[in-house]
Amino acid sequence: MLACHPAKKLSFNRSISDGDLVIVYEKHESMKAVTVCEGSVLQNRFGVFKHSDWIGKQFGSKVFSSKGGFVYLLAPTPELWTLVLNHRTQILYIADISFVITYLEVLPGCVVLESGTGSGSLTTSLARAVAPSGHVNTFDFHEQRAESARADFERTGLSSLVTVKVRDIQGEGFPDDFTGMVDSVFLDLPQPWLTIPSAAKVLRHDGTLCSFSPCIEQVQRTCETLRTRFTDIRTFEVLLRTYEVREERMQSLSEDGDGSNGSVHRKRRQCSDGSYVLSGSPSISSVMARPCGEARGHTGYLTFARVKCVS
Amino acid sequence: MNEGNSSNGRVTWEGCSVLLDINDGDRLVFARLSPAAKLKIGNKNCSLQPLIGRAFGTVFQVDTAPGGPCLSPAQVHVTNAEEIGDGQGNDEWRDKVNVNSADEVRDGAVNVESRDNRALVDNNTAQSLTGEDIEAMRRQGARGNEIIEALIANSATFEKKTAFSQEKYRLKKQKKYAPKVLMRRPVARSICEAYFKKYPSKIGFLRVDTLSLLLSMANVSSNSDILVVDMIGGLLTGAVAERLGGTGFVCNSYFGQAPYSMDIVRIFNLSDEICKRILRSPISDLLSPKESSEKILQHDVCNVEGQSNDQISASVSMVENSHSSENGISDIGIDNTEPAIEVRKAPKAGERAQKEVIDSWKENGFSSLIVAAPELDTWTVVKDLLPLLANSAPFAIYHQYLQPLATCMHNLQLGKMAIGLQISEPWLREYQVLPSRTHPCMQMSAFGGYILSGTKICSTANSATPTD
Ligand SMILES: C[S@@+](CC[C@H](N)C(=O)[O-])C[C@H]1O[C@@H](n2cnc3c(N)ncnc32)[C@H](O)[C@@H]1O
Repeated sequence: MLACHPAKKLSFNRSISDGDLVIVYEKHESMKAVTVCEGSVLQNRFGVFKHSDWIGKQFGSKVFSSKGGFVYLLAPTPELWTLVLNHRTQILYIADISFVITYLEVLPGCVVLESGTGSGSLTTSLARAVAPSGHVNTFDFHEQRAESARADFERTGLSSLVTVKVRDIQGEGFPDDFTGMVDSVFLDLPQPWLTIPSAAKVLRHDGTLCSFSPCIEQVQRTCETLRTRFTDIRTFEVLLRTYEVREERMQSLSEDGDGSNGSVHRKRRQCSDGSYVLSGSPSISSVMARPCGEARGHTGYLTFARVKCVS
Repeated sequence: MNEGNSSNGRVTWEGCSVLLDINDGDRLVFARLSPAAKLKIGNKNCSLQPLIGRAFGTVFQVDTAPGGPCLSPAQVHVTNAEEIGDGQGNDEWRDKVNVNSADEVRDGAVNVESRDNRALVDNNTAQSLTGEDIEAMRRQGARGNEIIEALIANSATFEKKTAFSQEKYRLKKQKKYAPKVLMRRPVARSICEAYFKKYPSKIGFLRVDTLSLLLSMANVSSNSDILVVDMIGGLLTGAVAERLGGTGFVCNSYFGQAPYSMDIVRIFNLSDEICKRILRSPISDLLSPKESSEKILQHDVCNVEGQSNDQISASVSMVENSHSSENGISDIGIDNTEPAIEVRKAPKAGERAQKEVIDSWKENGFSSLIVAAPELDTWTVVKDLLPLLANSAPFAIYHQYLQPLATCMHNLQLGKMAIGLQISEPWLREYQVLPSRTHPCMQMSAFGGYILSGTKICSTANSATPTD
């Protein structure tokens, strides 16, 4: 997914080979991660797609099934991965993820600790942000989840940037060998306040922390605990509203051609009921946008803080 | 050199750029540290010398030294929970700054608080210390906190105030008599927030969450080549370069002859390695076909001209910047900074892209595109630039208005040029979190702009016959 060595410059123009991870795009919100394998096929409602037909095609190509249906093959990115990964837990989505990365000031070379790993949705973006020289250490106390996450990072090519460990972070805190070594800590845990003292210990000077919690009671306790060793404590909620765009034709009712689209020539006839109908080019078409009717109303609160600087 | 934007750049050095946050955001000043640089706080001119070699995140206060006012690190309490309530800590105040008086009344009701403000009469006689008394204390070397304590001791009404009003009183006095200067690291987050707060038009009203989304949606990652159209002062270019960390390239492209200003890039502490990765190129150079050198001969002439303009305008703006306070917030390169030093110290980002690198972009395609060009027609820009991207490359287009993005999205759909098209509008709400007084902040930014995002696909011809 990432190019960690300058020699393997990130260039999507390269063509698809056997063993590559591709994102199969049917339509928006309907995508699937597939590892290309010479002899296998992908079957969906558009028909049967032979992987062998994909090999040698460029990422971004449209490919056809036996029935003539088609899908697009995209190169994986952390954003696409978040949309296709296996949900083993609740996950973070792009609005929260992108804000967390910027607000924690995660930059190339940074060392980041995360717990819990969950489904690795955030981890994937953290890995991109610390690349090529930094590292993400992510902890989950759930053995199987950690194992699946490890397998995912192998599959997405991030294993050199991410280490997954099994550990009860609320109970034991972060390992002592990280003391004073860490640039940022991210917590997505049920009782994050239990981990704050340990986070303060591992963070270096001016290091940043973020805790994600769905409930305000969690935030309240976290903030109370943070005040001892942290400063610049701020809590946010981030949401996204998406828009539908459509070209619509609307009847023009204006009597003469002084309407907004002066170029549209219109002739009118009066009907028996007195209303005007437009003939010739009776309607005006324009591109319009409106918010989509449904949206995620709440994900969680993001609380950020910075270790107090003791000079 | 230990400078630069590596994760290690946590201690300042001479020539380093810093963001100074005076009294919890009342004033935000970008400064370049030098022994000669001075900053006026209240009526005192303070040298910035004491800030050199200090950790980012340090809070300074103004002390009266024999040689005049002087900035020195304020004591920081690593408090235990009980001490917090006394208001001596540093940033607990931040949470309370946003609180207005309407708040106070309602919040007060929730609290277990025996006092209320029914007996308070504000007749300006409550304070028995006069201005002269305070000056006299100062001359005798009293520190700001001591003055505040004296003001409280001499206030007839302080004891009668609710705990909440007492905090507010303290905060007001602290700002006046014991101003605090917090030294922050200038990174995408702090720079964007500072401009958004004090000078949003300069950055096209791009809010920090929106900037974050642009960077994610365009998959800005190490070793990639990112094409940007940045008409928001260089914030976008700087933020992308920061994420590339000295790998790949950010190509700051422009229509016509004159490059767009990238003053803000210099506020980031980008290492030389990172600055080298910021290149500028006129879009005509990027669009001209790779082989036919004759055809671009004509262009070449203008380009040479463009280049010299570029260099001149760049150096002019640097010098200008170092004296002007045009910037409202970027009191950048403060009064006493020598322009000459400034120019030498400032990293040279934004060299003109040479033929070889342009050729490699033409050959491989850019890995993504980000546009923040409020003044250009969105569709024209996207139509011209999309072909420069590699297939499957993501892009993110920012605009303050919805309509240009809607039109652009519609055209991209009709032209089957991209998939996964989406217009999003981010929404960001901050909360005050305090015991029994948690609620959304009274003020919020109601609008952070719109983003059109999507992924470029192979044109139909291409997918039938892959070019390689
Ligand atoms: C909601 S998920 C995290 C999702 C993740 N942020 C993502 O984007 O995919 C929370 C995870 O925390 C883990 N967890 C809960 N308590 C823990 C503890 N005490 N120590 C370590 N991990 C814990 C759970 O096993 C779960 O996988």
